[in-house]
Amino acid sequence: MIKEAGFLARADLQTLLDRLHDLGYRVIGPVVDDAAILYRDIDRVEQLPLGYTDDQAPGSYRLSQVDTPRCFAWADGPHALKPFLFAPRETMWQVARDSDGRLAFSAVDPRPAKALAVVGVRACDLAALALQDRHFLDHVNDPYYEARRAGLFLVAVHCAYPADTCFCASTGDGPRATTGCDLALHELDDGFIVEAASPRGHAVCDGLSLRAIDDDQRRAANDALSEAAHRQFRRLPSTDLHNGLLARLDHPRWEQVASRCLACGSCTSVCPTCFCHAESDAPSLDGNDSEHLREWDSCFSAGHAQLHGFQVRPEIRQRYRQWLTHKLGSWHEQYGRSGCVGCGRCITWCPVGIDITAEANAICADTIEEAP
Amino acid sequence: MNKPSIAVHKFSSCDGCQLAFLNAGEELLTLAGLVDIRHFLEAGVADEQARVDIAFVEGSISTDEEVERIRRVRENSTLVVTLGACATAGGLQALRNLDDSHTAWKNAVYAQPAFIRTLDRAEPVSAHIKVDFQLWGCPVNGRQVLAAVRQLLFGVLPAVVHDKVCMECKRQQAVCVMVTSGKPCMGPVTRTGCGALCPRFGRDCYACFGPADDVNTDALSQRLEGLGLPPADVARRFLFITSQAPAFHAAGLRHYRPGFVDD
Ligand code: SF4
Ligand code: SF4
Ligand code: SF4
Repeated sequence: MIKEAGFLARADLQTLLDRLHDLGYRVIGPVVDDAAILYRDIDRVEQLPLGYTDDQAPGSYRLSQVDTPRCFAWADGPHALKPFLFAPRETMWQVARDSDGRLAFSAVDPRPAKALAVVGVRACDLAALALQDRHFLDHVNDPYYEARRAGLFLVAVHCAYPADTCFCASTGDGPRATTGCDLALHELDDGFIVEAASPRGHAVCDGLSLRAIDDDQRRAANDALSEAAHRQFRRLPSTDLHNGLLARLDHPRWEQVASRCLACGSCTSVCPTCFCHAESDAPSLDGNDSEHLREWDSCFSAGHAQLHGFQVRPEIRQRYRQWLTHKLGSWHEQYGRSGCVGCGRCITWCPVGIDITAEANAICADTIEEAP
Repeated sequence: MNKPSIAVHKFSSCDGCQLAFLNAGEELLTLAGLVDIRHFLEAGVADEQARVDIAFVEGSISTDEEVERIRRVRENSTLVVTLGACATAGGLQALRNLDDSHTAWKNAVYAQPAFIRTLDRAEPVSAHIKVDFQLWGCPVNGRQVLAAVRQLLFGVLPAVVHDKVCMECKRQQAVCVMVTSGKPCMGPVTRTGCGALCPRFGRDCYACFGPADDVNTDALSQRLEGLGLPPADVARRFLFITSQAPAFHAAGLRHYRPGFVDD
């Protein structure tokens, strides 16, 4: 349960970062880098994207500066929590051959030197994290993910600045962070309404100088979130498209989207819930040592559907269909809900701007139910 | 046990890909311990007619003499592996194939064109002999070359890299330059292997590793036009270093008009 803890004046935001550092966390927060808002190591509030906002559209992302004292006046950039937990590339185990030719296998210790505290996480990414937990902890019990997940501390920021590509309201995953974090912040011009959502979150609050929250602040925060939900104009036809999509495997739209799709895998890579990976071995040149690697794969890449001797999905049409029918359809069988949390990343970061909501609506046009 | 033997042959090229071996540092010493290097001019070993287990070939086939020589390389080698864009897809010099302008260029560039004995076309090695494995890149990625050597020494053909540069770009957590600044990136149709080098430095990929599998060049061309590139520039994006790779050749020709300079 999220509970109000108090109001943190803007001038005191640094004390939150300091507190996390003092507790031994490696603190990650949003910074402007490479023309985007990315998660990076931070220790000073001055590193936060003060006064920045973003303009997102299918295939386009632009930052600009606006006149605001706020540091979180933007929607998610390309990086989700995913890379911190499900690493884009990592060594799973190693093997070495001794002089008698015997092989010695050794495990890699995936435990990070310091637990991570991530500041600025949005509701969609918390929902995505819950889904990745289902996959990596409940479903496959992945020790690499688990080691990094164990100490993770999350400071959410309720999302008052959705991008044009966002549709978390239609998937039911935002813009308010309701679960899965330790602290949650409402950003107002003069400071933050701080909410605590876990014993660790409460403990961090104990070290902050928090004032009482007044009703005007509460109202401003809530109004901003309702408005944020209303501003979103993209939506999926339904939160459950399992039957809708699987009944339309021959829909002509698959061919149409395939003519535009590059099968580049950018969408699956930025998607905070996609978990596919490939494994390979990297032997040293002398052949005496080798590392077993895991790296992000995609249902759009040729290797993903290559079984012994044949390609299961040779056409882009089949690959796009695989992505959509799994993400929005068969995830329901696997994890009891759709694999989409409405973050809009696959829309913004698709080099040709293919819009998952437009495709889903075109294919399931006749199944549209009224949004709540 | 006899060490496997290798040769590194040079054809029409800049020598940059051979440097993948010479720049390997300590690994070069390891390699020298693992194989018998029978011919490698850059390393000072010369025996062009040596029979070897693996021949690495750099450069495109651009003269009569090279047509003969590449056949001998094939006869003398168990496996032939092309090394880089010139050997694999023609290289820059293959731009002369586009509109039969070989003689015009030769006369314009050289003071004594009569001494220049080149063929009208520069072609990838595979246009002349059977090639067992191709390594792409201008230049090749040294680590990829050594990984391929290792796999060949294990007695298997190296794993083919299928992914597009975008996949590697994302694994490296680089930010997409097409999306943030409208740069005409070729990553969505280009085979990875470089480690997404250009996008990691804020540049658009220029396709030096050639086409990936299953490319949708029409969709990318359309996007490039949408970014404001005139047809001449769209053609140039495909017809550059790997112009003889069939997917890029076809895509480029759809926008190319012989003789056009700038629109
Ligand atoms: S499918 Fe697209 S919008 Fe949905 S969670 Fe993945 S990246 Fe976000
Ligand atoms: S939908 Fe877009 S991002 Fe996804 S594979 Fe196709 S072109 Fe790439
Ligand atoms: S920068 Fe280029 S290679 Fe990287 S994701 Fe964008 S289009 Fe693909």
